[in-house]
Amino acid sequence: MAASFQSKPDLVRTTEHGLWCEAGGFYIDPWKPVDRAIVTHAHADHTRPGSLRYLSSERGADLVRQRTSLAVHGPVCVESIPYGERRQIGDVTVSLHPAGHVLGSAQVRIEHRGEVWVVAGDYKVDPDPTCEPFEAVACDVFITESTFGLPVFDWPSPESVAGEIMAWWQANAEAGRTSLLCAYALGKSQRVLAGLLPHMGEAPGPIAVHGALHNLLPPYRAQGIELPETRYASPEVAKEIKGRGLVVAPPSGNGTPWMRKFGDVSTGFASGWMALRGPRRRRNFDHGFVVSDHADWKGLLSAIEATGASRVLVTHGYIDTLVRYLSEERGLQAERLDSEFEGEEGSSADVGATTAEGAE
Amino acid sequence: MKRFHALFQALDTTRKTSAKEAALVDYFQSAPAADAAWAAHLLLGRKGRRAVNTRLLREWASEISGHPLWLVEESYDAVGDLAETIALLVPEPAGRVEPPPLAQFIEERVIGLAALDEDAKKALVLDTWRITNEGERFLFHKLISGGFRVGVAKGLVARALSVVAGVDKPTMLHRLSGRWEPTAEAWQRLIAEEEEGADPLRPYPFFLAHPVPDEIAEIGPATDFQAEWKWDGIRAQAVRRGEELLLWSRGEDLVNTGFPEITAEFRALPKGTVLDGELLAWDGDAPMGFHALQRRIQRKSVSAKLRAEVPTRFIAYDLLEQGGEDLRALPLADRRARLESLVAAANLPHLGLAEIVPGPTWEELAATRESSRERGVEGLMLKRRDAPYGAGRVRGPWWKWKIDPFTVDTVMIYAQRGHGRRASLYTDYTLGVWDGDQLVPVAKAYSGLTDAEIRRVDHFVRRNIKDRFGPVRVVEPKLVFEIAFEGIQPSPRHKSGIALRFPRIARWREDKPPEEADTLESLRELLGS
Repeated sequence: MAASFQSKPDLVRTTEHGLWCEAGGFYIDPWKPVDRAIVTHAHADHTRPGSLRYLSSERGADLVRQRTSLAVHGPVCVESIPYGERRQIGDVTVSLHPAGHVLGSAQVRIEHRGEVWVVAGDYKVDPDPTCEPFEAVACDVFITESTFGLPVFDWPSPESVAGEIMAWWQANAEAGRTSLLCAYALGKSQRVLAGLLPHMGEAPGPIAVHGALHNLLPPYRAQGIELPETRYASPEVAKEIKGRGLVVAPPSGNGTPWMRKFGDVSTGFASGWMALRGPRRRRNFDHGFVVSDHADWKGLLSAIEATGASRVLVTHGYIDTLVRYLSEERGLQAERLDSEFEGEEGSSADVGATTAEGAE
Repeated sequence: MKRFHALFQALDTTRKTSAKEAALVDYFQSAPAADAAWAAHLLLGRKGRRAVNTRLLREWASEISGHPLWLVEESYDAVGDLAETIALLVPEPAGRVEPPPLAQFIEERVIGLAALDEDAKKALVLDTWRITNEGERFLFHKLISGGFRVGVAKGLVARALSVVAGVDKPTMLHRLSGRWEPTAEAWQRLIAEEEEGADPLRPYPFFLAHPVPDEIAEIGPATDFQAEWKWDGIRAQAVRRGEELLLWSRGEDLVNTGFPEITAEFRALPKGTVLDGELLAWDGDAPMGFHALQRRIQRKSVSAKLRAEVPTRFIAYDLLEQGGEDLRALPLADRRARLESLVAAANLPHLGLAEIVPGPTWEELAATRESSRERGVEGLMLKRRDAPYGAGRVRGPWWKWKIDPFTVDTVMIYAQRGHGRRASLYTDYTLGVWDGDQLVPVAKAYSGLTDAEIRRVDHFVRRNIKDRFGPVRVVEPKLVFEIAFEGIQPSPRHKSGIALRFPRIARWREDKPPEEADTLESLRELLGS
């Protein structure tokens, strides 16, 4: 056989620093500091401080700046491009496309000598008023996550969950309890808040937010995303809304002395892991709401199919299961791709954990 | 079924005891008698029977959901609960009719199921999937697999029932003991003001002890207590009434068939006698250890050979009923005096009297307790001389003062996902000790870490997988755990040649490198003790 039948080297592969595109001379969501990074979104396991130059979507740039400026590494350069705009980097053409995960989240499309790869980062296909909807991008090779890559994950409609949250809030207010809803500070909280907007006419009290979340709301409002009125949960506000208000806080707020100022509380937690009884009971929350910014099983399969890719590389989550399913049931060339991405709240283990503990 | 499901949800989603109790009371006050009887039966954890093979259940779920069987298995592996996995995989029926009330549901679809042939079983299960939502399916699967467990303590159910009946909790615990069938009639008796028609052969609710506080003197002066050895056998009541002699274990199982010699001999006790004591494997004048006793447990019949190899004895430590009269309100000192004369008068070879361990001070008792291991006992029991015989675990009158367990430092070599509350987390660890430069497994441990530690170990496992065998993950041997265990026995079945009794993680030795874990040789040295 002639040399032309040899398969081309992979356009993107894993190195100790992250997903590396040699032809373009950049990393995607690197887990160690590098010269040039394209970041898909501003969650901590995808945008890590310490690199010299970052490229993100235009809508996600502010959040990426917030995340990377936490570092002590000196001034950082964050460039941004609008979705869909093509840019030549090294020998490849790069463009970013909405991933539907959180505000400004992007899939990275890389074209090199007629071959197209898409690195999806984290994504979901369900509607979300706080971010741009997932766009199916045709490609030859698709790199997908698999956080919820099992058929037991089948998300309820966001509207029905918003209704459940409101009913829980009302029942708590009736019993004189404050409702404390824990959700990941970036993305999940805003989505939960936006979901409540159509129900605010029935709200039994005002909404207050934890400090960690309070600072993340302006970038959303600045982009014209409608959220219900919220107040910073200061001690005075706490006194005022006690027994009838809804407090939205990061999961680390649960079980801390900070909670005491709200009096008798009922606690809720919004996460995809709440679909399972084990994590529901393991975490010390009274109520679990199934809300995820990742695709469920059907979402993963439909997204993969829509790309038309014949080869699929599977990262973080139920990797082996999804690889086997795509190979055996869908006839795709599916392979495992190891990474250091963590999925929703790390893993089912970290659901609501105070910090990302014991990483190294 | 709908109402019972709502109760289950309420119990399952709150951590507050008061809210659980309120939900139980509310249910028991409003449910029809037949449903309430079944609910009480289930919530008290009384045994059900497996009505269908779980392999079949998986196959049908695969067929109905269109997922290949291996994907059903992988889902189960990740979720950790088959009832839940299948409830999630079976598609939600469109436009379903409501399932019937609990009692009818169980009679038609759970009890009725066991008797059917495979095709009829399948038809009934599939039909039930068409009338149930996800939560109801979950309960259905729990019911037909005979393993219904809810996160609610028996004591709490008894308390709720006592509120509904308007009696005190010990009275309710007594009504709940022994044999009763979940019927509307039994329910009426259970919650009646005055009880009639109860099982004449039921045991009394067992009185249980708390572990002693760190400072033993906190419980009072030693002279207030009667000290006995804490036996390592089966806690049991011998109930001699009418023409019968029943041996009830603490789990309220009848264990007569495993102890035919005792059953036959104790009929010689006067009618209307109830003894509280311990069933033991007994060789001459000392207990043989729990591993010997295990050969007798749950036997339908006992061969002459086994009888000879594992002789048994009932060591009595309390007298609860004499001449048909309930003695539980008497102080221990009075019951003890009666017990001593009764045992002496009966003069039965298999009936022993629990020895009183002399004090009179805590120092002397502590010194005597040091000999527990060589005597084959677990430590001391301390019982207030002036205390009546209570019901359940009450803090104050009875204490257990166990000896410290053995400990050994081990290295984690395999990890597996847990089940139930810990499903989908890596919580089941296989631990090894050094044999030369190899680690050989010596124990599997499932508990002992805090939730925060478990999350960190889970995180470690996910990042340090060397190999996969089915659900088992081979991990880098880096983490050291100190495990505690109660005893050690030779075991040809294990690669290490030893088996540990009740191993559990005592603490995570983050200060220790794996090279400093213990050796198999050092464990073998303990075999003699």
